[in-house]
Amino acid sequence: MPQPAKPHIDLPAGLPGISAGFAFRPETALPMRELVDILLHQPNSLAPAERELIAAHVSSRNHCHFCYSSHAAVASSHLGDPSVVAKVTADPGTAPVSPKLKALLLIAGKVQQDGKLVTAADVESARKVGATDVEIHDAVLIAAAFSMYNRYVDGLGTWQPDNPAMYEQMGKRLAEDGYTRPASRELVSK
Amino acid sequence: MPHIPLSPDLPGIRGAMAFRPETARPLNDLVEILLRGPSTLTLGERELIATYVSSRNCTEYCHNVHGAIAAAHLGGNEALVKQVKTDFRQAEISPKLKALLVIAGRVQQDGKLVTAADVAAARKEGATDLEIHDTVLIAAAFCMYNRYVDGLATVQPADPAFYRERGVRVARDGYVAVSKEYLETHSPVAAR
Repeated sequence: MPQPAKPHIDLPAGLPGISAGFAFRPETALPMRELVDILLHQPNSLAPAERELIAAHVSSRNHCHFCYSSHAAVASSHLGDPSVVAKVTADPGTAPVSPKLKALLLIAGKVQQDGKLVTAADVESARKVGATDVEIHDAVLIAAAFSMYNRYVDGLGTWQPDNPAMYEQMGKRLAEDGYTRPASRELVSK
Repeated sequence: MPHIPLSPDLPGIRGAMAFRPETARPLNDLVEILLRGPSTLTLGERELIATYVSSRNCTEYCHNVHGAIAAAHLGGNEALVKQVKTDFRQAEISPKLKALLVIAGRVQQDGKLVTAADVAAARKEGATDLEIHDTVLIAAAFCMYNRYVDGLATVQPADPAFYRERGVRVARDGYVAVSKEYLETHSPVAAR
């Protein structure tokens, strides 16, 4: 689907994707940043790379270019290998990730469509390969949260650049610093 | 039965929040600002957007409880809330809110479905940038809350009286205040 010519509201210029929405409305940005930081960056039995792969996978299924590109970049930065995320996107079932992550990606993929599609059998399969209650909870909430972030980024008609170098740099920064600090407001050259 | 062990006396999102209080905090902060913070959209209008989106997502707990909260803000007008869910175009609400509900409905499916024409129609009825922003974010956020509640297979009561009572309390006290009741009395399952 083509992007709108310009954002639907008067967003600050030069800020890509969700950062424009966050700059427009800092009060809602705060809990949104806090949520994604806890889910993807703070200590957890699932590695940050694994959690970023779930986020990227859901964003890919929602066809959100900005969200997919940025979280793919964070995952790649954590892994030191950009090929894994592409394989997960193409086919999580055959990607070079653990059986546990495959089971959680399946659950996340269902939540992306509709939470009611997750079955007891899906959860049992995840437990069989070692997923804990917290890990199952977080896979569901990451998928649910990205169903929000993707719709927010797309629904405002934000500028979603095609700029691999920009996403790579963003990925490194977010992998190191997490999500609670806004980037310094630098204009991205188009 | 929920997919993970949740406190049986906390239905819907509450059991999930008690399980993981760390994420409950920003989840409650977000809904508090969006639905109860300062806004040119009324409390009732914003809850109508939330219940409308939740109804489209067929999440029983969410559309029932936010429908009840909306009704509490709207003088108990449950018929109006029901009409908004079934066909908002026929409901006795402002043209501006109807235009915003169109946008919310698009976002509920896919944010990319919001067109410049949808936004122009909302502006024509007086919607501001902030109101359009918040409509998009309420719709997006409820796509999250709905999936969270359904994705964990939380217990979702069928009794309207249960939701009516919750609706009055949340309308009066807000989300953060009400969440303190169970976040303080239930130790997170995750910590055991």
